[in-house]
Amino acid sequence: MKKAKSAIVGVVILFAVWVMLTDTSQQEMLLGGATALLIVFLFREKLAVLGDIKLNPKSLIYMFVYLFVFSWELLKSNIDVAFRVVSPRLPINPGIVKVRTTLKSPLGRAFLANSITLTPGTLTVEMKGEFFYIHWIDVTSDNIEDATKEIVSNFEKYLEIIFG
Amino acid sequence: MELIGSIITLLGSIILFLGALGIVRMPDVYNRMQAGTKATTLGTILFLIGISLGHAECGCFGKIAILIIFVLATNPVSSNALARAAHATGIKLTDRSVKDDLESDEEMGEAI
Repeated sequence: MKKAKSAIVGVVILFAVWVMLTDTSQQEMLLGGATALLIVFLFREKLAVLGDIKLNPKSLIYMFVYLFVFSWELLKSNIDVAFRVVSPRLPINPGIVKVRTTLKSPLGRAFLANSITLTPGTLTVEMKGEFFYIHWIDVTSDNIEDATKEIVSNFEKYLEIIFG
Repeated sequence: MELIGSIITLLGSIILFLGALGIVRMPDVYNRMQAGTKATTLGTILFLIGISLGHAECGCFGKIAILIIFVLATNPVSSNALARAAHATGIKLTDRSVKDDLESDEEMGEAI
């Protein structure tokens, strides 16, 4: 079941990429793409990681919302960095903190680490078991719980529903 | 439309410039990476969006969308790998740093 799902998700994503890359007014292009996908289907074992994505209405809505949450955070983080860079005093208070995640799926964790890297003042340095080590440009809390709440929770609640 | 595209491209280049400035001004490798990663990601994305709007006649929105997804997926991964490698080879944080949980945890692991 999970394998079939990952194969379907993979094929849909690859076909979407193909359609975006090529001129779809020509039917040969669509046909050629479909043929190539059949060959790709032979290697579907490699796509198994995509099986973590949940396909129900709720998770699709959350994916959509997540896109906006993430874009907003990305924008905020750039303004934040720009402000720090141009201010003469260089207001930084850096350090590496440890946070805990409850996500189990590898793909979800990869998404979480990437999201953390692209949000205000944080950079994922290392992943060990359930802990992430995060370089924080402005450390405001000392213990794991507070740091987790501030850095991870915002994304985790969406990713938990999308990836489980 | 061309004007809007140009303005967005300009915004993107300003952000890229600020990122470059950050790389010069920040005190250590991790802080530099912070400035580098975020600024290059949004800067490149705005640049691409600006180009696709300014040259709407080429109909390359799909290709630009794929490029944006690719940048979003790979940029943080590369900086993560660099930061991890830097820490593993023992590059110290700047003296202004408050704490380093990873280092203290590793020392504890070696002690046991």
